[in-house]
Amino acid sequence: MLEEIQAIDFVIVELNLYLDTHPNDFEAIKQFNDFTEKSMKLKIQFEKKFGPLMNFGKSFSNYPFNWVDTPWPWQV
Amino acid sequence: MVWYYEKKLQYPVKVSTCNPMLAKYLIEQYGGADGELAAALRYMNQRYTLPDKVVGLLTDIATEELSHLEMIATMIYKLTKDATPEQLKAAGLADHYVNHDKALFYQNASGVPFTASYIQAKGDPIADLYEDIAAEEKARATYQWIIDLSDDPDLNDSLKFLREREIVHSLRFREAVEILKEERNTKKFF
Repeated sequence: MLEEIQAIDFVIVELNLYLDTHPNDFEAIKQFNDFTEKSMKLKIQFEKKFGPLMNFGKSFSNYPFNWVDTPWPWQV
Repeated sequence: MVWYYEKKLQYPVKVSTCNPMLAKYLIEQYGGADGELAAALRYMNQRYTLPDKVVGLLTDIATEELSHLEMIATMIYKLTKDATPEQLKAAGLADHYVNHDKALFYQNASGVPFTASYIQAKGDPIADLYEDIAAEEKARATYQWIIDLSDDPDLNDSLKFLREREIVHSLRFREAVEILKEERNTKKFF
């Protein structure tokens, strides 16, 4: 599931950089918004199973506060 | 709040075996002149005085470079975590071990600490963007030389991903130059 998120988020990064220099490409913007929606939905599922992906109010927490739980990215 | 942390790597990092020698080479891309730290700090800092049309690009590439910095850190961590002091010594990392144990440090492959003099901010958009293009090409070449020295297929998979990213960044910076030239040509001076 993490690899699927990584794949989708990579598409978003690539489209984002492309759009930075091609801001009028309508099709690319559609793809960007499409993949952004896919990523958001998948992350909600992932976080229910494995805990928060982001800090500072971008993800919800269980009790006790599970942002601090392992594994960190270099421990996977 | 400016940047948020996401608990994931941009691309998976696997290593086949403990290999401190490869870790020593990889430190070049951690704290070396053309490494990921230099790249992230360079673009993040140049942004403030560049024309509005390219600020988004610099912000985004700087942010991506931070994710690459964490991928390099992960490679170095995984390649050294099970190494004995004897293995570190055999890999030429005894000097590192006496000062840092297995902690990471912002330095190049020869142990020279990171310095801000690796990066420039000239206040001239074309000069800054040309430096950025050159930086990406130098980083791409460094990744290639490391891949040439590495016999770890899992590590090479991640290194090839990073090498390709340098090519895309270089292309985007070249486009940014063209955007600024176009803008300059449409300006009326009288």
